[in-house]
Amino acid sequence: MFKTGKHLALGNIACAEGAIRAGCRFFAGYPITPASEISHHLSRELPKVGGVFMQMEDEIASIASVIGASWAGAKAMTATSGPGFDLMQENIGYAHMTETPLVVVNVQRSGPSTGQSTDPSQQDIFQAKYGAHGDYEVIAVSPWSVQEMFELAVRAFNLAETYRTPVMIMSDGLIGHIEEKLIVPDSVETVKRKKPSRKNVTPWGTDDPSGVPEMPTFGEGYDLLVTGSTHKPDGMRNFAPEYHQMIVHRIKDKILKAEPNIGDIHTEHIDDARIAVLSFGASARPSMEAVKKARETGVKAGLIRLKTIWPFPEKIIREISDQVDTIIVVEMNFGKLVREVERVTCGKTKVTSLSKVGGVLPFSREILEAIRRANQ
Amino acid sequence: MKNLFYYRDHYIRSQPSAFCPGCGGGIILNCFLRAIDDLELDKDKILAVSGIGCTAWIPSPNFKGDTLHTTHGRAIAFATGAKAFNPDLTTIVFTGDGDGAGIGGNHLIHAARRNIDLTVMLVNNMSYAMTGGQIAPTTLHGETTVTSPYGNPEFPFDITRLVRAAGATYVAKWSTYHVVELTSAIKEAIQHKRFSFIEVLSQCPTQQRRIFNLRGPLDTLSPRILDMFGESTYTRNRPEKTKYVYAVPSNGVQETFNRIEKLGEVKIVDHMSFGQVVKIMGDPDDLRPRLERLSEVKYVADKVEGKIEVGLFEKKTRPELTESLREIIKLAQETNK
Repeated sequence: MFKTGKHLALGNIACAEGAIRAGCRFFAGYPITPASEISHHLSRELPKVGGVFMQMEDEIASIASVIGASWAGAKAMTATSGPGFDLMQENIGYAHMTETPLVVVNVQRSGPSTGQSTDPSQQDIFQAKYGAHGDYEVIAVSPWSVQEMFELAVRAFNLAETYRTPVMIMSDGLIGHIEEKLIVPDSVETVKRKKPSRKNVTPWGTDDPSGVPEMPTFGEGYDLLVTGSTHKPDGMRNFAPEYHQMIVHRIKDKILKAEPNIGDIHTEHIDDARIAVLSFGASARPSMEAVKKARETGVKAGLIRLKTIWPFPEKIIREISDQVDTIIVVEMNFGKLVREVERVTCGKTKVTSLSKVGGVLPFSREILEAIRRANQ
Repeated sequence: MKNLFYYRDHYIRSQPSAFCPGCGGGIILNCFLRAIDDLELDKDKILAVSGIGCTAWIPSPNFKGDTLHTTHGRAIAFATGAKAFNPDLTTIVFTGDGDGAGIGGNHLIHAARRNIDLTVMLVNNMSYAMTGGQIAPTTLHGETTVTSPYGNPEFPFDITRLVRAAGATYVAKWSTYHVVELTSAIKEAIQHKRFSFIEVLSQCPTQQRRIFNLRGPLDTLSPRILDMFGESTYTRNRPEKTKYVYAVPSNGVQETFNRIEKLGEVKIVDHMSFGQVVKIMGDPDDLRPRLERLSEVKYVADKVEGKIEVGLFEKKTRPELTESLREIIKLAQETNK
């Protein structure tokens, strides 16, 4: 484990370091570029803190064992990239239905299929939200630096434990593979799941306004009935419409209700901005540079950087959209998050998409050019 | 011997049964409960993991203890995570043949290779029963199912041999006919603190009536299939003392029976490989030439031919995974000091 203080670190390793400090004690994964360094580091470091590292036979088994370990009491994580993320979706849906806290890191690469296996993309952001069948709400964070790989790994665990839900760290091949300054703090704030307050707990139902039930652990005498089938608050399988509605509404609402606490946005020069550049993760880096350059030439540009992409921060984007003339959405895909921005702004603000695929970042000059065009 | 009420009151979550009448699931649950009770295990430390399908419903929700009812084929992978993190959990996996050898076959062989201390009970009813009786990787060649109306073009896995070859350190195979042997095997498997595997042939009157071409009221089928399991299996390393042969009929079994009735003690039995046959007690050397001459007899089978070998297939020792993981933790912490 890294000592407190300043380091030169790889993004993926910073993520692993953040996970350990957040309390991660079980990791299962399968080798895949560009996520493998997370496994490499945790295979060495987890046993030092009494944790378990497992290399599984595939990504399906990786996420499955993470869910099993979580119910056995572990803060648990897996890390992968696009093809592995595809394979995990069914069990991610299971984790939503059973309200299992866990963290999935997707160091995104360029697809579809094997695609550009080593090159970054932001193409999986809708998959993070809609990847499994059925209805649910997901929490996804998006780091833009090595420092944030560390910080958002800690936050991802805290969110997972707070809301008893899977949390996605939607990184990418660039952020995972760059080496930058990492400052490891003396300590980090960590959260643990709510343990049962009484013996006859209902692990899938609660009167608590948060909608987050208490979570027992295997081996403690709670006679747990964990199932991905529609179940009553006590876990008993029952396919009646009212029980299905009860559970899917609650697992959706517990996330949406908490959006003000989950949402995390970084803005620059937004107070007097006329043109906002909205981005996240790696593509926010050239976006930031373009905004700075635009400001130097007197253009009132600002940056909106989403550190949490899901749940989508509707309210705050709507507020900003009331004040700016144009929002330019910069992302490394065919234009995905731009649809969310268009949806929440309801045509009141001009929304344009600057999207780029091919495993390369949009250049800051391309973004600057888009700002200039918007300013004309 | 404790009566059934004892097991129900101590180990069963009171629920209307979801099993079809005559299902083998109840027998297997019964054997499992007797095994854990005999071993006097702490019920709170038992974790029953299952996948999707009829077998998955044996523990969930029936077993009144910790249960993890997972996705199709993945029970062993879920169990691996729980066991690796908390080795104190006595972890038992209930999986079907479609679940464990079809969609989840990869996890099965890898768990055997890892030698993680799980007890896997693979209940083999030779079909995907819950979804309507489709061909499974265990369905015999030529059998008729809803997805093989012209007969199964594929051949089945011998799952026991597969798991043994993958490195399992305890491998046994029994059927719902062998309740005493099965209960002992479950006890032995749980006490074997390494990867243990038991394949259990189980009756499914609902789907196997088509597979085995059985006619008659539903409530007569279950005992018939159980008798067939008894007839169609032989125990490994335990030679049978009685002597007999089977006459496979050329046309109707009754016709063959009538023709050879006078040859000795004969009866009509169900045989898994040959269908309805006539069993004749006596010395095969004497009976065979006499039977082979008859036009009513298509074929004479001995007492092993076309049958399934059951019994204990493997019991050995090598380092277990969760122990190795704890050693790694110790090593890492010592080096880190």
